[in-house]
Amino acid sequence: MNWLTNNWHTVLDLAGAHLVQSVLPVVLGLLVSVPLARLAAGSRWLRPLLVTGSSLLYTIPSLTLFVVLPLVLGTRMTSVVNVIVALTLYVVAILVRSCVDAFESLDRDVLQAATAMGYRPARRFFGVELPLAVPVMVAGLRVATVSNISMVSVGAVIGIQSLGTLFTDGLRRSIVAEILVGIVATVLIAVVLDQLLRLLGQVLTRWQRPGTGAREAGGRRRRDTRGPGRTAGGARDATGALAAVESGGARA
Amino acid sequence: MTDMAILYRGVSKVYPDGTTAVDHLDLDIPAGSLTVFVGPSGCGKTTSLRMLNRMVEPTSGTVEINGQDVSSIPAAKLRRSMGYVMQQSGLLPHRTVEDNIATVPRLNGVSKRTARADARQLLASVGLDESLATRYPAQLSGGQQQRVGVARALAADPPILLMDEPFSAVDPVVRQDLQRELLDLQKRLHRTIVFVTHDIDEAVLLGNRVAVFARGGRLAQYTTPEELLRAPADDFVADFIGRDRGFRSLGFDSATVALQPVAAIVSGTGERILLGPGMRDGATGDGGTDDGGAAAGRVAPWQSAAATDPDWLLVVDERRHPLGWLPVSATGEPAPSDQLRVGGTLWHDGDSLRTALDAALSSPSGQAVAVNGDGSVAGVVPGGDVMRAIEEQRSARYDRPEHP
Repeated sequence: MNWLTNNWHTVLDLAGAHLVQSVLPVVLGLLVSVPLARLAAGSRWLRPLLVTGSSLLYTIPSLTLFVVLPLVLGTRMTSVVNVIVALTLYVVAILVRSCVDAFESLDRDVLQAATAMGYRPARRFFGVELPLAVPVMVAGLRVATVSNISMVSVGAVIGIQSLGTLFTDGLRRSIVAEILVGIVATVLIAVVLDQLLRLLGQVLTRWQRPGTGAREAGGRRRRDTRGPGRTAGGARDATGALAAVESGGARA
Repeated sequence: MTDMAILYRGVSKVYPDGTTAVDHLDLDIPAGSLTVFVGPSGCGKTTSLRMLNRMVEPTSGTVEINGQDVSSIPAAKLRRSMGYVMQQSGLLPHRTVEDNIATVPRLNGVSKRTARADARQLLASVGLDESLATRYPAQLSGGQQQRVGVARALAADPPILLMDEPFSAVDPVVRQDLQRELLDLQKRLHRTIVFVTHDIDEAVLLGNRVAVFARGGRLAQYTTPEELLRAPADDFVADFIGRDRGFRSLGFDSATVALQPVAAIVSGTGERILLGPGMRDGATGDGGTDDGGAAAGRVAPWQSAAATDPDWLLVVDERRHPLGWLPVSATGEPAPSDQLRVGGTLWHDGDSLRTALDAALSSPSGQAVAVNGDGSVAGVVPGGDVMRAIEEQRSARYDRPEHP
């Protein structure tokens, strides 16, 4: 651990670069995927085109992409832009599919009700479809984020600074501690970001409470073990009481 | 009937694959009425309903609302001017109850604060507690969700309400409550309601007028529920209404049947009393379960009463509410209380003949138990008397046309 105490500054810098290179593509990829997926969802010809097309994208090896992109984009070989663009493409590859699933999992009754109430298409998209697609989307987002964090390291091979630099440098100079720090730091970032996304998903899907016995509104239901014992229990009691009132009017 | 809210004029809907959903529909719906579209699935009733708010556009013909062709009104604006309730409530699962109710006012630009305040007031009018306002739909029972759905449809105070099988997914007990409340609501609000159902009972119960749709989108009959049950236009309608048609039509005749007194036994004390017309409540016999002959002697005054059926004793509680019937043995001894037969349905004086007949048929003793408004026994009517009353009603009805 001597190595870390002497180099923690470098590690922090690299971690920062790593974070930017993995998170920025997720944001960009999401912005691209959501509209694409919305167009593809339910469309007879656009759906297979986009879903298959984006999956093919994922089969391109990342190193190839890092090397080819400068030729296409006209950037320098060691530019961070290459990594960001390449990883954005991977995020799109993952997210288009899961966003299509998300939009197709929406309850048609709910969408029809929204239309019948007088929602216009744009407002319906932002006010109803997007929030309801969140549970399925978050699942894809978590996969994309974690896969990105591991893939950023590959950029180090062609000299783009990230936590991956600790592997290449450690290997070249045979510093085991440096490699270990690289692994631990990468895993740490992956776990933290994944948990943050999980929390974000939970905040955005407070309406999906377990144990209320209602039908699921698309997506999987997450078991929330922390808070809602009291709230949900109270809710259930009160609901039960009201149900009793409801049927109280029935004839003997 | 000059005030027609909704007019269908030669409306058809043919899908590209050639299926005819609605076939030349002509229909006038008066303002302030509750009109029910009923029919088997695939008969075009929902399609016809959805033409009103342009969720479906007709292939030919026009739909007019208050004299205006709906196709000339922008869809979103048109839809906001009508309440819409659907089968699975269609509540937005990510919005709280109050925000769901506030949806249309919010779309119309009402401030969040005002819309929520109004939403809370509406909760009460559909029989829900205000504490539910901040719940999510998933935390409500099916019946509660349906109530919120109704409140949401009413939120923008629309003159027209469209209801697409709103109660078909809730259990029968809750459905009955919701139906009754809808009728109450309609009495207060006088909206023009178009209600779609596949349940003929629901149609007959709720509708001022019932439109029966046949397969292929043909309107088979459009009339009052009473006429529908008495004079189905064709075999399809008769068939759809079903076997119990005659029994159901009794639901429109209120019964005038003379009540008779009944021998009763008070559960708990075992006191034997006579309940019914001419008997003051609480007129007692005496010490109940002693030897039959003696008891019969002492209660001689009632023996002449026709309803003093020696085979059955009506068991009542101390408030004179009926509990059930006890068989009486040949010796006049009532059976032990564990042989209590749960009573049949109850009948309030002035209820329909259908209720009276049902009360008689479901009663172990064959006598319909009539109750007062407070639930205490008012007397009994033997099944035979109910049948006689039905017969009188029938001959009265069929005499009329024969004497012009």
